[in-house]
Amino acid sequence: MNATQIVFWFLSALALVSALMVLLSKNPVHSVLWLITVFFAISGHYILLNAQFLAIVNLIVYAGAIMVLFLFVIMLMNLNKQTEPQKNAWLKMAGAISGGCLLMILISLVKQANEITTKTARMKDGDIGLIGNLGKALFHDYVVPFEISSVLFLSAMVGAVVIGKKD
Amino acid sequence: MFSLEGITKAIDTWLNAHFNSTVVLLAECVLVGVAAIALFAVLGLGLVWMERKVAAVMQIRLGPNRLGPKGIFQTSADTLKLIMKEGLTPDGADKFLFNLAPFIVMIVAMLVLAPISFAKNFQIWDINIGVLYVSAVSSLSVIGILMAGWSSNNKYSLLGAMRSGAQIVSYELSAGLAIISIVVLTGSLSINDIIQSQQNGWWIFKGHIPAIISFIIFIIAVTAETNRAPFDLAEAESELTAGFHTEYSGMKFALFFLAEYINIFIVCSIGATLFFGGWMPLHIGNWEAFNHIMDFIPSSIWFFGKTIFLIFLIMWFRWTFPRLRVDQLLNLEWKYLLPISLFNLLLMTVVAIMGWHF
Repeated sequence: MNATQIVFWFLSALALVSALMVLLSKNPVHSVLWLITVFFAISGHYILLNAQFLAIVNLIVYAGAIMVLFLFVIMLMNLNKQTEPQKNAWLKMAGAISGGCLLMILISLVKQANEITTKTARMKDGDIGLIGNLGKALFHDYVVPFEISSVLFLSAMVGAVVIGKKD
Repeated sequence: MFSLEGITKAIDTWLNAHFNSTVVLLAECVLVGVAAIALFAVLGLGLVWMERKVAAVMQIRLGPNRLGPKGIFQTSADTLKLIMKEGLTPDGADKFLFNLAPFIVMIVAMLVLAPISFAKNFQIWDINIGVLYVSAVSSLSVIGILMAGWSSNNKYSLLGAMRSGAQIVSYELSAGLAIISIVVLTGSLSINDIIQSQQNGWWIFKGHIPAIISFIIFIIAVTAETNRAPFDLAEAESELTAGFHTEYSGMKFALFFLAEYINIFIVCSIGATLFFGGWMPLHIGNWEAFNHIMDFIPSSIWFFGKTIFLIFLIMWFRWTFPRLRVDQLLNLEWKYLLPISLFNLLLMTVVAIMGWHF
């Protein structure tokens, strides 16, 4: 087992354990902090694949911005163990069954997809994740979808401002 | 001639001559870690002393002058006192997060050190998106601050952390746009490329008015991002006792205090790199003789000189401007700095495309 594999297994275990802890933590603030750990582990995977730009953007957008917003809201509402609504057992069971079904479908899909099983991930030498190549792909090959999605974001932002203004 | 590059080269060749490559790699990692921690300790002690001396000069008094020449050992004695003190954990606090938070803030400050180029060829990690890395990782320190404020289970701490978070998140935007305007001129995010592009003059001189505007925006935004006066609402003594670190004592408090000064050093070194050429000596166009004389001053001295000048500027602000109110603080960012920096970025793009810069 070489160094890359050790790092891969460590990051994967970290991501899975943290993702489980997001669900299992009683305290909502702890859940959010575990979610931040998940994002760090995923960023580590991106760096292993030599996608440095993706890793950094993942940190900026998710760990830096969205999770800080989550923390803000949860801390301001002062949620804790007592205020968390207790769902009844039937709802929990139904959630477990439907989630398990989705997991089974995803696993079978991954097993059937020949394109994934025949190829191995390129460690350290893939270069599509570097900022220059990614920028060329985004602004050259996929420029129309990229611009349309930016218009979508703009309209979402305008919508948020309109809702916030309505007193 | 003295250079940090020479020292690293000598250590590298000595290690390679005596051990195999794995041991050399491990030894160099340990050396880099030790050097980073030593830099932190020296910076913490030195900058706190400098702050007290600058404050004293501004207020026409002497400042620390008992321990050592000009009171230079005062901060070491203070640190010794903080180490001896008991680190209390409040009863109602979330114990684990409360004790973790100072280390998170410190580790984030340490991570930002990686792509900074201290002297010619003296850099820990030459990542090709260095500037983006710095702004991404430095935005993570807000998580540590929010953690500290929330886990203290104290209203003052929570309010301080909220203010600090809102401030850091909003001022990050203009700091980022100011950085991007230099990236537009350089065409690269790598710190090394940005420094190399200032071979024939620093960007603050070459970039005309847009570069000066973005430098002013940058220095305002980073002052706010490091929670320094006049933007120190997060720890406004008269309102919130000490903000998010009200409940901290002993060495855990010292870590927060140290992280603040380390963050000042880091943002000032980024400012020096982007606008004043990092370790690049003062070069004017193609005046060969003048440039050659300037090259005789070692690059590390240029870097630290520029950085300490910017740190002095930030300390100067503290005793010049009164503290802003929360609404004024947010108005300044969202109604003035952000539109100005967006327009400035547009102007800078025009300058870069037309090739109007030198």
